[in-house]
Amino acid sequence: MDLSVEMPGLHLKNPIMPASGCFGFGREYSQFYDLSLLGAVIMKAATREERYGNPTPRVAETHAGMLNAIGLQNPGVENVITNEVPFLAKYNTSIIANIAGSTLEEYEFVARAFNDSPNVDALELNISCPNVKEGGIQFGTDPAMAARVTEVVKRASNLPVYVKLSPNISDIVSMAKAVESAGADGLSMINTLTGMQIHLPTGKPLLANSTGGLSGQAIKPIAIRMIYEVKQKVNIPIIGMGGISTAEDVLEFLLAGASAVAVGTANFQNPFICAELIEALPSTLNKYGFNSLQDTIGKGIAI
Amino acid sequence: MIKKERVRIQTKRKIAKDTIEMVLENKYISSIAIPGQFIHIYVDGHTLRRPISIANVDQDANTLTILFKQLGSGTEQLACSPEGTILDVLGPSGNGFQMDTGNSTILLIGGGIGVPPLYYLGKSLIEKGMKIISILGFQSSEYVFYEREFQELGENLIVTNDGSYGEKGFVTDVVHTIDHIDCYYSCGPIQMLQAVTQSLPTTRGYISLEERMGCGVGACFACVVPSKKESGYRKICKDGPVFNAEEVKL
Repeated sequence: MDLSVEMPGLHLKNPIMPASGCFGFGREYSQFYDLSLLGAVIMKAATREERYGNPTPRVAETHAGMLNAIGLQNPGVENVITNEVPFLAKYNTSIIANIAGSTLEEYEFVARAFNDSPNVDALELNISCPNVKEGGIQFGTDPAMAARVTEVVKRASNLPVYVKLSPNISDIVSMAKAVESAGADGLSMINTLTGMQIHLPTGKPLLANSTGGLSGQAIKPIAIRMIYEVKQKVNIPIIGMGGISTAEDVLEFLLAGASAVAVGTANFQNPFICAELIEALPSTLNKYGFNSLQDTIGKGIAI
Repeated sequence: MIKKERVRIQTKRKIAKDTIEMVLENKYISSIAIPGQFIHIYVDGHTLRRPISIANVDQDANTLTILFKQLGSGTEQLACSPEGTILDVLGPSGNGFQMDTGNSTILLIGGGIGVPPLYYLGKSLIEKGMKIISILGFQSSEYVFYEREFQELGENLIVTNDGSYGEKGFVTDVVHTIDHIDCYYSCGPIQMLQAVTQSLPTTRGYISLEERMGCGVGACFACVVPSKKESGYRKICKDGPVFNAEEVKL
């Protein structure tokens, strides 16, 4: 079955890609399977300078999910370009660079750096990291700020820009429309939801950062609902994510309006998950009466 | 190399309060695991795997032994798995202990559920002809395990916080009673490792760290420890869990 998808800057052989932050820069997972199987890889977020991230504990398990507060630890964009992109470029897969920052200038710097380097096919603009004190989420919760950073990044780069939206807002549609108007080529949704867990033996928040981003199966219905709402109001494609762990989940996202999907937390439980989903997808689509991937996108939307 | 393996629970027994010993059968992991490495166990219905250090390996029998404490719903459920259950395991994971060479005298310092990896290490060092002395610390008498096993490796001291068994106090209270050592290896709670590294500042030492893990393969940056030598962090699951005591800031 033809699983290919065309999106701005991305000619994906299939719609499956590991989500940013859950796959590093691919090295560790390349010991488990050939990364050329993947539609794309979304790299861990890069910032202008190296970032050390938050103190530990940085993760906590929850029912059907987990909280994380890594804090955008990364070696800095120049290091990513010099040491990580060339490794991924050896594989026959698309490379999406996730870019983060605390200021407009930083976003611009990182976007320009990737634009000037080979092998990166698209940018994912991270305006929704809930785990850093400055930047990230402030751009992701105010439509005017989101539009502003999207414009800046679009100007700084010729690469298509997928804006990663935060679910930690009441009106996802206005946010999606704001970044579409600002020139976004696509959307990536959803990032994690802010949450907290109290550790009973100490009576204090378990995460050193107190709050963290909730991911995993628990957030899937929220992602599906938000994609479903947004798809009807924007004309740019959506990379869907949030709790995907089976081929049925993938189909659900496609029907809700995603053109491709990213898999995050499930990689931790099963390092082979992306490869297994790619293998299982054709029979799952067949089972529900679809003959191609294209036929499924947005077909769940009741008009 | 880490593989995803099916591992059969061969035997299971409670060896101390809240503490379970399991002998697991798997040819691949038992044939290559070195002391200090861990396995990452999937527990049905739980998002994150449980990292548990390898306490012993029997290559002839294709088995590895793990010990763990029942601390939460994941380890409770694992403890309830009957013998014969097949577990989904990633491993062997991480870097193990760098083993000393020569006729050294080695001090093993373990605290609580940090004791198990030191047993496989001690056995391996004995085979290399080294002299082993061990100090094991536990909360109280009901938590003590593997005393006889460590006695078979060499001189052994047990310390309990409340004095209900062995010496009263912490492992660092008795470290000074050991005359001469060439190298130490330690695993236990972070406070204990801090005290151990401070009380043996001039002795070569290796420590094994524990932290809440995400992926367990080095991709997610959840389990990190600040590095002393270079700026930034080391990954506990991939660069560790064993580090040179000089290498990381506790």
